[in-house]
Amino acid sequence: MDLSLSTRTVDDRTVVEVAGEIDVYTAPRLREQLVELVNGGNYHLVVDLEGVEFLDSTGLGVLVGGLKRVRAHDGSLRLVCTQERILKIFRITGLTKVFSIHDSVDDAVAAAD
Amino acid sequence: MPQVELRIAARPALVRTARQVATTLARRVGLAGDVLDEVRLAVGEACSLAVALVGEGSDAAVSVRFRDDDGLAVEIRAPGDLPAAEGEAAAEVVAAAVEGVGTDDGSDPLPAGSTLMVLTSLVPDVTVRTGADGLDVRLGWPA
Repeated sequence: MDLSLSTRTVDDRTVVEVAGEIDVYTAPRLREQLVELVNGGNYHLVVDLEGVEFLDSTGLGVLVGGLKRVRAHDGSLRLVCTQERILKIFRITGLTKVFSIHDSVDDAVAAAD
Repeated sequence: MPQVELRIAARPALVRTARQVATTLARRVGLAGDVLDEVRLAVGEACSLAVALVGEGSDAAVSVRFRDDDGLAVEIRAPGDLPAAEGEAAAEVVAAAVEGVGTDDGSDPLPAGSTLMVLTSLVPDVTVRTGADGLDVRLGWPA
């Protein structure tokens, strides 16, 4: 399955719903999407990874890059993920300490910054 | 399982193909469950590194060789003339070699260090070597 991206606004947060595989081939598209949002003044992002069935370190690099970009504007980037096999990659690389990872979009949107 | 060798052009889109073949062959040698996810991720990471090293502009191929060795043994090779190193030092050699090769804005460089972190955490038996004949990554999962 290829990568699919869709964005919507919930309260004052921009939710990016990602589905499919995030790897060395598809990650640049996710990066473009995040860069475009930040350039458009959207500094509070929620990236919903529930539909993601594969994520590698290139994808992690893009998420870390997104976090750096929003933080440069005092923004936030929260992740939504409950899938064990995806969470495992965040744990291995120590990124569970870097990202706020939530169980649902509602939870991520409600979280105070 | 007789030996299977896959040769792919150094294109990011083909890394997925290597992952799919790896998963199929892992299942075939009797690996199952979470280990299949680990094979898929680790082979993908190693191939991403190899593809980045060769570079899209090159005609050189990345070789992925699979053997049934009381489990699954995978050897990923990419040609190149690199300083001799092993383990973490080899990952640094590759990181230095691929720097600037990236196709995008370069602000999120290929995390060669995290690639090695993923490999060493996931794979029971892993060797990463660089040298005058390029990059050589060996991954093994016992049955």
